[in-house]
Amino acid sequence: MRLSPDLIRLAVPFLALAALLAGVFWLQPRAMSYTGLNLLFNLAVPIALATLAQMFIIAVNDLDLSMGAFVSFAACVTATFLHDTPVLGALILAASVAAYAALGVVIHLRGLPAIVVTLGMSFVWLGLAVMILPAPGGAAPAWLRALMTVRPPLLPMALAASILIALVAHLIIARSALGVLIRGVGGNERSVARAGWSVLRAKAAAYALAGLFGVLAGMALVGLTTSADANIALRYTLLSIAGVILGGGEFVGGRVSAVGAVVGALTLALAGSFLSFLRLSPDWQIGAQGAILILVLALRLGLDALERRRRGRA
Amino acid sequence: MTLLRKPWAWAWIAAVAVYAVTIAATAGASAAGLAQAAFTFAAFSVIVGLGQMFVITLGPGNVDLSIPATMTLAGTVALKFMDGADDRAVAGLAVALGIGAGVGLLNYALIKALRIPPIIATLALSFIVQSTAIWTNRGIRIKPPESLAAFSTGNLWGIPNLAIVAGLLTLAAWVLLERSAWGRRVTAIGQSPAAARRAGIAVDGVRLSTYVLCATLAGLCGFLLSCFSGGAALNMGAEYLLISIAVVVIGGSSVAGGNSNVPGIWGAALFLFLVVSMLNTYGFGAGPRMILTGIIIIAVILAASLRGRGAEGG
Amino acid sequence: MSDAPALLSVSDARLRFGEVTALDGVSLALRPGECLGLVGHNGAGKSTLVNVLNGGLALHAGSVAAGGRAGRWDVAAARAMGLRCVFQELSLCPNLTVAENARILHRGHFGLRWRAEARRLARAALDAVFPGHGIDVRAQVASLALAQRQMVEIALAFAEAGTPARLVILDEPTSSLDAGIAGQLLAHVRRFVAAGGTVVLISHILSEVLATATRIVVMKDGKVVADRPAAAFTQAGLVAAMGSTARERQRPDRAAAAAAPEPLAVHASPRGLPVRVAPGEVVGLTGLAGHGQTELLRALHERLAPAWAAGRDPKVAYVAGDRRFDGILPLWSIRRNLTISALAALTRRGLVDGRAEAAAAEAWRTRIGIRSPDLGLPILSLSGGNQQKVLFARALLAAAPLVLMDDPMRGVDVGTKQEVYGIIRAEAAAGRAFVWYSTEIEEMELCDRVYVFREGAAVAELEGEEITEAAILAASFAGHAAEALA
Repeated sequence: MRLSPDLIRLAVPFLALAALLAGVFWLQPRAMSYTGLNLLFNLAVPIALATLAQMFIIAVNDLDLSMGAFVSFAACVTATFLHDTPVLGALILAASVAAYAALGVVIHLRGLPAIVVTLGMSFVWLGLAVMILPAPGGAAPAWLRALMTVRPPLLPMALAASILIALVAHLIIARSALGVLIRGVGGNERSVARAGWSVLRAKAAAYALAGLFGVLAGMALVGLTTSADANIALRYTLLSIAGVILGGGEFVGGRVSAVGAVVGALTLALAGSFLSFLRLSPDWQIGAQGAILILVLALRLGLDALERRRRGRA
Repeated sequence: MTLLRKPWAWAWIAAVAVYAVTIAATAGASAAGLAQAAFTFAAFSVIVGLGQMFVITLGPGNVDLSIPATMTLAGTVALKFMDGADDRAVAGLAVALGIGAGVGLLNYALIKALRIPPIIATLALSFIVQSTAIWTNRGIRIKPPESLAAFSTGNLWGIPNLAIVAGLLTLAAWVLLERSAWGRRVTAIGQSPAAARRAGIAVDGVRLSTYVLCATLAGLCGFLLSCFSGGAALNMGAEYLLISIAVVVIGGSSVAGGNSNVPGIWGAALFLFLVVSMLNTYGFGAGPRMILTGIIIIAVILAASLRGRGAEGG
Repeated sequence: MSDAPALLSVSDARLRFGEVTALDGVSLALRPGECLGLVGHNGAGKSTLVNVLNGGLALHAGSVAAGGRAGRWDVAAARAMGLRCVFQELSLCPNLTVAENARILHRGHFGLRWRAEARRLARAALDAVFPGHGIDVRAQVASLALAQRQMVEIALAFAEAGTPARLVILDEPTSSLDAGIAGQLLAHVRRFVAAGGTVVLISHILSEVLATATRIVVMKDGKVVADRPAAAFTQAGLVAAMGSTARERQRPDRAAAAAAPEPLAVHASPRGLPVRVAPGEVVGLTGLAGHGQTELLRALHERLAPAWAAGRDPKVAYVAGDRRFDGILPLWSIRRNLTISALAALTRRGLVDGRAEAAAAEAWRTRIGIRSPDLGLPILSLSGGNQQKVLFARALLAAAPLVLMDDPMRGVDVGTKQEVYGIIRAEAAAGRAFVWYSTEIEEMELCDRVYVFREGAAVAELEGEEITEAAILAASFAGHAAEALA
């Protein structure tokens, strides 16, 4: 079978993840167990969900700089309203998904730069989160806590959930007619419009999906941490962008992969654990994360070059 | 009304309006003081905004996310080097500028060597730069030399020295962008890198110099900011990540690249500072203040787009 | 002339873009079972007329009537009628597979198992128009060659899906296709028309139009100047109707070239002949489209144009063929587009000398005849042919001793071509060297030396009187590249 460049792209995050895992197991063989893996990938699920949310935005050639603030907001709503008055909480979360769709509509209709609009929205979500939870607190709804701590057989929850999430997102973006439409808008908006589709609806759908996955990320985060605060997920903005790119996505042209994005997110989640196993001075932890990002991208480049040479010979 | 058709007019109108509303609340009591404060703090945003503008002009995906880390590292190392001695002030400035230029060089080395989007390259490198700053700083706060502290907080005929420095840099940036062959080439690359290459432009050289210029300005800004605030802090650059992008775009430059302007950066920087002080004056808490800041950013970009409809292709 | 009712007609169509009158009272009726050839200069209004027909542009005056009824005419109405369009620029989504593009283009045709259906549809469509195409419908469009992409786009336009195709508009469909593939397409057009379909064929290759169209409409300056059955035209007649004079093909004076000493540049490749070019020479690259000619030009340009620090004197200039991709700078004025390659010479102490720039641009406007009232207007206000002239002027204004041309006459009208040929010969006589890739064989007869490309390498070198259509075709088609080299 001929390896397509896309498959190569997808292989890189898997390789990076495998290498990191091997490193962790080598340093700490006891991590190679059900409980060990569960701990290693502890926060992987919310990061994966946030990365997928970012992926839907990147698929239509936009970029969401408010993802971290939005996930924080969703977490705050989950830990307060959804816990105390579930119906109201659910309504607020649904409304925030609708707000995302509306953002997509406004951005498309007025031709606004998404980077700036989401930059503004990051202040809005953060302000709302601060108003809901001025100090860290709240509590996870019992059912959510139970769901996030369930212990499925064979695979730890975090991995099982990641696989399930990747599968669902893959079905949406790669296999469904809506996914093709969304990627088509990313690839050549004009010709999609010319074929009689509503680009507006496609963008609204992409943004609504992003909102939905962002809400799920916030809920999953609260399910794991049992409480929330307004700054809980601010790092997710950059993590989610890095995850999509690690997973073989590109900023323009509608080239994204759901499976890759989830694996990219897992890699980033594991990077944190890996460093603490290396007993690095805390000064260098952030720096080493940057270094891993660079290494992975270098690996992708190397594989691409290899593939090109192979094709050149053929 | 040709002035209103300029892409930067709206940022200035908004800044003046917000200024007037704030003054109204205090019945004009603080008019001069507010203006002075606005020009001082806007100067920092302007210095990093100018560099970011040239980078954004290079086209989609070009953005420098390492500005905050560069500011922190340059400020930290320069203060440590000067160690409060007045006679090392010039050498200290050179150190800060050198660090900036070095980061810019590394940024482009990564972009080029790994063939990755600048947004990811500068993000990954910023992690490493940030770690280096943490490592050099070790929580010790060194005071700037007296002369520099006095210069950065002083003013000339009522105009803050920092605003004068930023003003001169603005003038230089305007000449570079509008009149020089280099600016012409940057703008050409932003419209179509392939076409710019075929037109004989040394694309790599121009892009490298742009990233170096941007990071050098970030180094200068970090130097001035740490002198101004009496020492370098590890998070001192954090807010300038979003601000450097916001001033460029609110100032009317195109996020898609190839079409930028310099005056709008001043308007946007003043506006962003004045919004916060206006909300403070009216006694808003942190939450509503953030929400309003966000809404205003979106409103400005929306207003600019409504105007843009009327003057397209101009 | 058929008496069948018109499928689609426009009457007295008028449209202006700012200063420019694009359509000046055009009336046209399209009947079932005809292939209408639409020819004219660039800027004659062909593309505008097409955009009116497909509902993309609204008229300022006049009307469009479908099936004899005038009514609201827009993209949706055009689609509902069964109108399909293949545009000069490629309009597929490059990040999607061929089958997924079929899904996008034929909205509402598919059920739940749409993936299999879309694959079947795309495969059938390609088989119908281009038998033996060898394109995998599961491949991403971005991974296909330019010609293959154009084949996909054409095939999908004829595909049997949704509302049956009744009127297909082909705007320069063969511009990236080699003769064999173009022949397949034209044969399909004839079959489609024989079965009662209607085709509007726009092409600058007049022999193609003459052989395929049943009726030919000639446009000039936004008006229809001739509308007759194809049989009533000859090539010379068509050219005459378009307003340029048909002229004797002129052999260049080869005395100067023969004396050329040292080669200016040599491009050696592991396979095939080295490509040499000496000062004052016009070297042609030919062969079937997509056989490595563009790649050679790009490699040569990458080698000679510094990527890190450009000196004051450029060594090489480049005229792009795919002007949307690597030609024009879309946000700029005509003037800035024209002077960008020569900027170093127009700069004093780092700053652009505005007066020198304006003078240089003005000189070339007159010399090459750019049709615009003001060089300060946006480049996109020009028609495609005039944009191409700007790109020529850009390359020639840069004082580079070597000019590379990547099929630069794509979509350029006959009159402009003749002017540009003259300029090229004049510049060559003055000592400049040209490497010229063209998909049109006649243009090779203007060259001093010609390399014929096949399978990524130059396989034959023809000089002077050896450059004939027959020799080029023979070298393009004979056996495998390896055999020809042996």
